[in-house]
Amino acid sequence: MSAAERMQRQQNRTAWLFLLPLIIALVGVAIWPLTRSIFFSFTDAFLDAPANYGFVGIDNFITVAEDPVFWRAVKNTLFFTVISVGLETLLGLAIALLLHRAFVGRGIVRAAILVPWAMPMVVSTRIWEWMLNDQFGLINKLFVTLGLVEKGIAWTAEPTLILYTVIFIDVWVTTPFMVLLILAGLQLIPEEIYEAAEVSGVPHWKRFWSITLPLATPAIGVAMLFRTLDALRMFDLSYVLAANNENTMTMSIYARDQLISFQDLGLGSAASTWVFMIIGLIAIAIVGVLRLDRATG
Amino acid sequence: MASVTLKNVSKAFGAYDVIRSINLEIEDGEFMVFVGPSGCGKSTLLRLIAGLVPVSEGDVFIGGEQVTDVPASKRGLAFVFQSYALYPHMNVSRNISFALETARLGKDEIRRRVTKVAEMLKISHLLDRRPRQLSGGQRQRVAIGRALVGEPEVFLFDEPLSNLDADLRMEMRFEIVKLHGDVKTTMIYVTHDQTEAMTLADRIVILNQGRIEQVGRPRELYDRPANRFVAGFLGSPRMNFAPLDRAASSAGVLRGVGGFYHAAELAGAENPTEIGLRPEALKLVSAETKGAICGTFERMEDLGYEYVCYVRLSETLVWTVRSTGRPPAFTEGQPVGLGWQPESLYLFGEDGRRIDHDSAVQLASGASL
Repeated sequence: MSAAERMQRQQNRTAWLFLLPLIIALVGVAIWPLTRSIFFSFTDAFLDAPANYGFVGIDNFITVAEDPVFWRAVKNTLFFTVISVGLETLLGLAIALLLHRAFVGRGIVRAAILVPWAMPMVVSTRIWEWMLNDQFGLINKLFVTLGLVEKGIAWTAEPTLILYTVIFIDVWVTTPFMVLLILAGLQLIPEEIYEAAEVSGVPHWKRFWSITLPLATPAIGVAMLFRTLDALRMFDLSYVLAANNENTMTMSIYARDQLISFQDLGLGSAASTWVFMIIGLIAIAIVGVLRLDRATG
Repeated sequence: MASVTLKNVSKAFGAYDVIRSINLEIEDGEFMVFVGPSGCGKSTLLRLIAGLVPVSEGDVFIGGEQVTDVPASKRGLAFVFQSYALYPHMNVSRNISFALETARLGKDEIRRRVTKVAEMLKISHLLDRRPRQLSGGQRQRVAIGRALVGEPEVFLFDEPLSNLDADLRMEMRFEIVKLHGDVKTTMIYVTHDQTEAMTLADRIVILNQGRIEQVGRPRELYDRPANRFVAGFLGSPRMNFAPLDRAASSAGVLRGVGGFYHAAELAGAENPTEIGLRPEALKLVSAETKGAICGTFERMEDLGYEYVCYVRLSETLVWTVRSTGRPPAFTEGQPVGLGWQPESLYLFGEDGRRIDHDSAVQLASGASL
């Protein structure tokens, strides 16, 4: 073995040594639970005695796939994800563009806008639940006083409204996150590029469409990816607002119901695995699209 | 093409005055260079002309028309930035044509113009590349191409060559001169590099602390600087200065550090307080030479084609001597004389302004010393 080879080997060993703590942590908190979950999804184990199980093949997966409640949850989740992430992106971009301009008190506004994001989701949900209450809520009181409605609207009870209420609260809570990520992207665009365009007579709208938007796209894309993955596994908001109401039930709530409420470890694990696979596929698709953009845009 | 006129233009950022009441006329087709030390306001002045920064006071005219309140996008100018400011997500061709997309030009006309500009700047083979795939010099060519294609009234350059290495800078300098010869458009060029200023300019504006120190042709500024600042700014190494000994000097007879002696007939009643001699106007001679300024040899820098010697005249004063040919064989600490010709002597008054003097008189009295 030559000296160079020995040195190479030494470096490789050092690299692995540095990676070791991370690998251990990953195995402990991600790979091991995930494997256990997938393992249990092929069994008929119950939560009270998980050691007592028998293999049932893919029966659990079929049961979940044949359950209309599961598909209702998938539909709710996808609807919630598309609409809320869409709104958050549009709002986030608009607010980020405003905050990107220099104005007096910008620092304070930037800090203030973070408040909704800093609050725990459970707290935000409860606040809005009270504000939207059909009898005592501030919002309904306002609407009635202004003469917009005759009596309070049951935002959190009306089956046709409740999913929109969930979307509204989510938009309120997570738009600041979008704003910050997009703002960071906007600030990476050098000012002189705009000045160059301005001097050469490029109008405002064209500067936005052909410079700001394409150059902010990577930041917007990453922000959307984060938010989409977050929204797909949403649990807390729906659960606090309406527990296992079918109108707002998400995939995560469905899995939790099987596992905790019905104590069915096998079925719950299969549902979780389904959720994992659906989110995984969507994540891969989004990352693929982002890569594609970077290559051609 | 157009002339540019500034009338009493001032700019303050908060309480900080960057530009103080500047009056300037730049003729149609002229190559004007703004030069000055960093922080003198030269870039701000260029931005005021471009309309990227609004003036605090005064008026800007382009082609005789008042444009003080006209936005940058409507002034018909082109701006070349030090950072090039290319659009990173567009290829070279689109970088050049981008501003034309909204200018109501036909596709064929746009293509024709891009091709013409690309040929002129020798970047035709780069049209499909992205800015990040280009070298610094190529990027600067694209930036110039982007400025050219709009057929502007006036070109504004903000230190366009500062990010290039020395060789490339020289090459691009030459190209810019050629470009100006070809298009004959008014060009305003900001630099801190006096070589660029001297070689490019029809006229130079020397700025200091937001004020114009002097405007003139390069040779004029070099030979007849209006004041001590201009004299010290142009030339490398810079002009040597020394205070005059007020007590020992009388009207017409000047004495100073290093045995400096000079009898001059001064224009008017002005009393010089300082002398200046350029490094290339001095010659190393033996310490005993009559009329020479005395000092001790400190060190020598041999640059091959020329050499620079440092001579200490007093505790606080070191003068430089620049010459070509074989470097002299002085050793450190050795007494040495600095020979000089009276016509190369500059005199400065208390307020820093240069004082005209008749050096013919000095020849006779210098000989009698």
